[in-house]
Amino acid sequence: MAWETVIGLEVHVELATKSKIFCSCTTEFGGEPNTHVCPVCSGLPGVLPTLNESVVEFAVKTGLATNCEITRFNKFDRKNYFYPDLPKAYQVSQLYLPICRNGHVDIEVNGTKKSIGIHEIHMEEDAGKLVHDPWEDSTLVDYNRCGVPLLEIVSEPDFRNADEVIAYLEKLRETLIYLGVSDCKMQEGSMRADVNLSVRPVGQTEFGTRTEMKNINSFKAISRAIVYEAKRQIEQIEMGKKVLQETRRWDENKDATYAMRSKENAQDYRYFPEPDLLPIEISEEWIERAKAEMPETAAQKRERYVKELGLTEYDARVLTAERALALLFESASDICKEPKEVCNLITGELMRLISESGTSADRIDIDPEKMARIITLTVKGRINRNAEKEVFEALFRENIEPEQYIKEKGLMMLEDDDLVNDTVDRVLSENPKSVEDFKNGKEKAFGFLVGQTMRALKGKANPQTVNKILREKLGSM
Amino acid sequence: MNLMEIFGMTALEIGKMIKERKISSPEVTRAYIEQIEKKDPQLNSFVSVCVDEAVKKAEEVQSRLDSGEELSALAGVPAAIKDNICTKDINTTCSSKMLESFKPPYNACVMERLEAAGAVILGKTNMDEFAMGGSTETSYFGPTKNPFDRERVPGGSSGGSAAAVAAGLAPYALGSDTGGSIRQPCSFCGVSGIKPTYGGVSRYGLVAFASSLDQIGPIGKDIKDCAEVLSVISGHDGRDSTSVRNAEYDFSDSFNEGIKGLKIGIPTNYYGEGLDPEVREAVLAAAETLKTLGAELYEFEMPIIEYAVPAYYIVACAEAGSNLSRYDGIKYGYRSDKGESLYDVFCNSRSEGFGMEVKRRIMLGSFVLSSGYYDAYYKKGLQTRRLIKDSFNSAFEKCDMILSPVAPTTAFRLGENVSDPLKMYLGDIYTVSVNLAGIPAVSVPCGFDGKGLPIGMQLIGQTFSEAKLVKAAFNYQMNTDHHKRAYEIMKGGVL
Amino acid sequence: MTIDNKLIEYLEELSRLRLTEEEKEKAKADLSSIINYVDKLNELDTENTEAMSHPFDYTNNFRKDEAGSSFDRELILMNAPQKKNGCFRVPKTVE
Repeated sequence: MAWETVIGLEVHVELATKSKIFCSCTTEFGGEPNTHVCPVCSGLPGVLPTLNESVVEFAVKTGLATNCEITRFNKFDRKNYFYPDLPKAYQVSQLYLPICRNGHVDIEVNGTKKSIGIHEIHMEEDAGKLVHDPWEDSTLVDYNRCGVPLLEIVSEPDFRNADEVIAYLEKLRETLIYLGVSDCKMQEGSMRADVNLSVRPVGQTEFGTRTEMKNINSFKAISRAIVYEAKRQIEQIEMGKKVLQETRRWDENKDATYAMRSKENAQDYRYFPEPDLLPIEISEEWIERAKAEMPETAAQKRERYVKELGLTEYDARVLTAERALALLFESASDICKEPKEVCNLITGELMRLISESGTSADRIDIDPEKMARIITLTVKGRINRNAEKEVFEALFRENIEPEQYIKEKGLMMLEDDDLVNDTVDRVLSENPKSVEDFKNGKEKAFGFLVGQTMRALKGKANPQTVNKILREKLGSM
Repeated sequence: MNLMEIFGMTALEIGKMIKERKISSPEVTRAYIEQIEKKDPQLNSFVSVCVDEAVKKAEEVQSRLDSGEELSALAGVPAAIKDNICTKDINTTCSSKMLESFKPPYNACVMERLEAAGAVILGKTNMDEFAMGGSTETSYFGPTKNPFDRERVPGGSSGGSAAAVAAGLAPYALGSDTGGSIRQPCSFCGVSGIKPTYGGVSRYGLVAFASSLDQIGPIGKDIKDCAEVLSVISGHDGRDSTSVRNAEYDFSDSFNEGIKGLKIGIPTNYYGEGLDPEVREAVLAAAETLKTLGAELYEFEMPIIEYAVPAYYIVACAEAGSNLSRYDGIKYGYRSDKGESLYDVFCNSRSEGFGMEVKRRIMLGSFVLSSGYYDAYYKKGLQTRRLIKDSFNSAFEKCDMILSPVAPTTAFRLGENVSDPLKMYLGDIYTVSVNLAGIPAVSVPCGFDGKGLPIGMQLIGQTFSEAKLVKAAFNYQMNTDHHKRAYEIMKGGVL
Repeated sequence: MTIDNKLIEYLEELSRLRLTEEEKEKAKADLSSIINYVDKLNELDTENTEAMSHPFDYTNNFRKDEAGSSFDRELILMNAPQKKNGCFRVPKTVE
C-alpha cells in the first residue's frame, strides 16, 4: 500500500528583546543559574506582570511577514500545570484570541512551489531549565530563561515530507532573522520545533493518529526524525498495530524516537483569561506603522543587489545567507559607493577569515565605516591590493584604525614623484644593458626596469606612475 | 496629657499632635506596642508585632520631622498591615501554615508609599487564610475575636485589621477586599473602611487571592482617616498593569461641602428576605439621616444582585486556584518531608500547608475551569458579571450612589458558620457585586443591635467616585456618633 | 449535580491535593451544595452577553523594552526549602 505522511509544525522562537516579556530582567543567554531573575519571573507571592511592548511589535511584524490576519483585540490566557520549571505553575500564553491567525509561508522544494498554512501565532513566556544532579539523583532548577518572550508559530498540517519541513524552517528562519525579531539559533534553543506527524493511505482524506516529537534541536535531526517516525508508524499499521497518540522523544545518538512516559493521564490546562494583564488592542495605525517599518526580506535584497548593484546571483546569495553580512555590505557600500569592491572583500577575504577563525558570520563585528575607508584608499590607489587585505584582516581581528595602521606598517603608496624620478634615474644608470635591450625593441627589458624600480621603492610606488616616468625617461634617452 | 487618650484619637489627630510636638512618634509607637502586648492576647488581632523595627522607624521619622522635613499628615503615626501585604524582611504569612516563615525580599507598592509618608508599622494583622473567609476563623494562627464580644467573630477576611483599629491597638490599618473583606469586618467591629475602585491602588505586593477582584484599602476610626490613607497609598504604579488611575484622588471638597441634592439610591430588594430586621432598621434610619442632611432618596430594584454570590464564587475561585498553584513546596513556603517523588512534594506540601477552606476553593476553581465545565460555569460566571456591571451602570444614571447594608447580620458567634461554607458565602450577598463590578464602596458604622453589636452601612458609587462617597460618609459622621462608640465601649473596660 | 468520587479525585489531581477519606466526604458534600447553588445562574439568559474577565474596559498597558538589573540571587533563594549550587532543588524529574 502507498502511504502519505502528514506533518504539522509548532515552532517556538525566542524573541530578540533586551528584557523579558513581563519584567525587566535581561534575556541574555547564559549567566550563572538564577542570576537573571527577579521576584516577577521567579513567581514570588504578590508580584504582577507588565507586558514588554516590543514583544507585541515583534509578533505583529512576524504576522505580517507570514501573511496572517492580526487579531485586533487579543488577550493573554493562563495555562495551568504544575512543573518545577514553571514557578507560577501557570504559563502566560494565548489560547482564545491569539495575536495572529490564518497566514501562509510560501516554500519551494526542487522547483515546486507550495504554500504552507499558518494556523496561528501566539505570544507566551518561556519556562526555566532543569538540570539533573547525578550526585544526589535530584533535579536543580534555574529560572534564568523563565519569562524570555516566545512566539509559537503553529502551521497547518500541510507538509508531506521532510524536505518541505526543512524548506519551511529555513524560510521561516531567514524571515525572522531579517525582521530582526529573533536570532533563531537552534543550538542555543532560540528556535525549536515540535513535529506532529501521522500517516494515512494515499487518497484517504481523514488524518491518521498523530504523535508529537518535541524540541528537536537541528534541521538535520528534524529531517531524520521525520523519516524515522513515518517509517515506524507505517510499520506499526502494517503489522496490524495501532499508532498511539503520544509524545515521543528523538534520541539523536540512537537515531530513533521513544515514547515519553506520560506525565499525567489527561492534560487539562484549565486555560482562562489572564486577569493581571490588560487586553491588547491593535489599531489600524499600528499595523500601518509596522508595515512601513518592515525591513526588506532576503529575497528582496537579492533581487536588488543583482538588478541595481550589478552583483552576480551567486554573490547576492552569499551576502544574504546571513543578515549580518548583508547589513555590513549595505552599510559599507552606502559609505564608499563601491558595492562591487565591498562585495569582493566580503565574499573573499571576510569569508576566509570567518572560516579560519572558527567563528560564524552572525557573530562578526566589523565597523562598516572603517571597511569603507579601506576600500576607498584601495580604489584611489593609495594602498595596493595586498595592503588592502592586510589592513582588512587587522580590522577583522583587532578593530584597528585603518589610516594609523597603514602609516605604522608603512603600507601607503608613495606620492613623491621626485623620489620616483631619482630612483628611476639611478636604476637606469645602474642597468645600461637593459636600457640597451629596450632600445633594441626588447619589451621584456622594460618590465625588468619597472621591477627594479619597484623593488628599490619597496613596492610602495604606484606602478602607473613608475611606468609613466620610466617611459618618458627612456624615450628621451 | 494622659497618654491613654491617644488610643481614642484618629490617625489625623495623632499626626497633628506629633507635628505640633505635643507628643513624639516614638512615644506614640511605644504606647501602642505596650497596648498591643497588654490587650491583644485577648483578641489575637496581630500575627506579628514589629517591636524593634517600629520604634527604630519612629525615631527615624521623628528626627526627619525635627530636622524640618515636610512629611504627610500621617507622619510618625503607627499603622497595622494585613498579613497578605508584602513587607520586606518581615514575615508575610497570609495566616497560612504554607507561608508561616515566608519573608518577602521586597516591599509592596503600598508599603513603599506608606514608608515615604513617614508611617510606622506596628505589625501584621490576622486574617482568614489567604483572605478566604468572612470571619478570620480560617487563620492558621487561630481566630481573631470581636472586641465588642469575644465570643463572636470580627468578620473577615481583614478581621485582624478591623479588630485592632476598633480596640485602639492601631490608629489605622490596611486591609484588602476581594468580596467584602474590608467592609464586612468594619461593619462587625464598628469602624470605617474603603474598598477603592479596581485599579485605584496598586496590587503589586498584595499576595493574590482573586486578581480581578482584589483591592487594598484603609480601615480607620472615621472616614476622614480612611480618605487620608487612601490618598497616600493610591495612584499609578508601573508594576501593576491594572493600575489605571493616573489622577490623584482629591478629597479636598469632601470635607467642605454638604450633600444637598445628592441622589442616594435605595435598592429595595436589598432590604427584603434574609436581612436581619435590626440591620434593616439601622440602615434605613441612616437613609433618613442623609435625607435630613439634604440628600434625595431614590428607590429602585436591582434583581440581578441575587446572582452575585454564585458569580462571585466562580470567578474568585477560578482565579484563586490558579494564583495559589505557585505554592508547591519548591521556591518558598511549606515543604512536606513525606514522600519521595516530585508529585509527592507537590501534593503533600499543599495538602499539609493549606487549610480546608483554601483547599475547598482551589478545588472549586479547578472544577469551574476544567474541560467540560468551563462554559457552563466559568463563562456563565463572567457573563453574569457583565450583567451585574450593566445593572450598576444603569443605576448610576439615576443616582449618585447606592446605600445598602454591608452584611445581612451583625457579628455571629465563633464557630457558628464555620462548618457550613454555603451559609458563610451567603453572608457576602451585599458586598461581592461591588468587586465584580470593580466599583468603590465605603463601609461606616450606622448603629448597634440589641446585643450591642455594631451595624454597618455601605455606600456604593460609580468608578472612581471615592471623593463623593467620602463626602456623604463624612457628612453622616459629622452628624452622628456611631463611629465614636467603639472607643467609648473599649475605654469602659471591655478589654 | 453531585460530585462523585471520580470527580473529586480528578479535582484533587488537578489541584495537587490529597484529601483524607473524611475530608473527601466532607468536600463532596460541600462542593455539591455549592455547585447546586451556583446552578442558580442557569435562570439567567446570557445567550448574547459577552463574558467579562476584567472589571473595566482598559487596554494596552505596556512597558518599554529596557533591561534593568536582576535581583541578588541570595534574595531569590532565601525562602527556598532546599537549594544547591545556586538552584532550587527538587526530587528528580523523570522523562
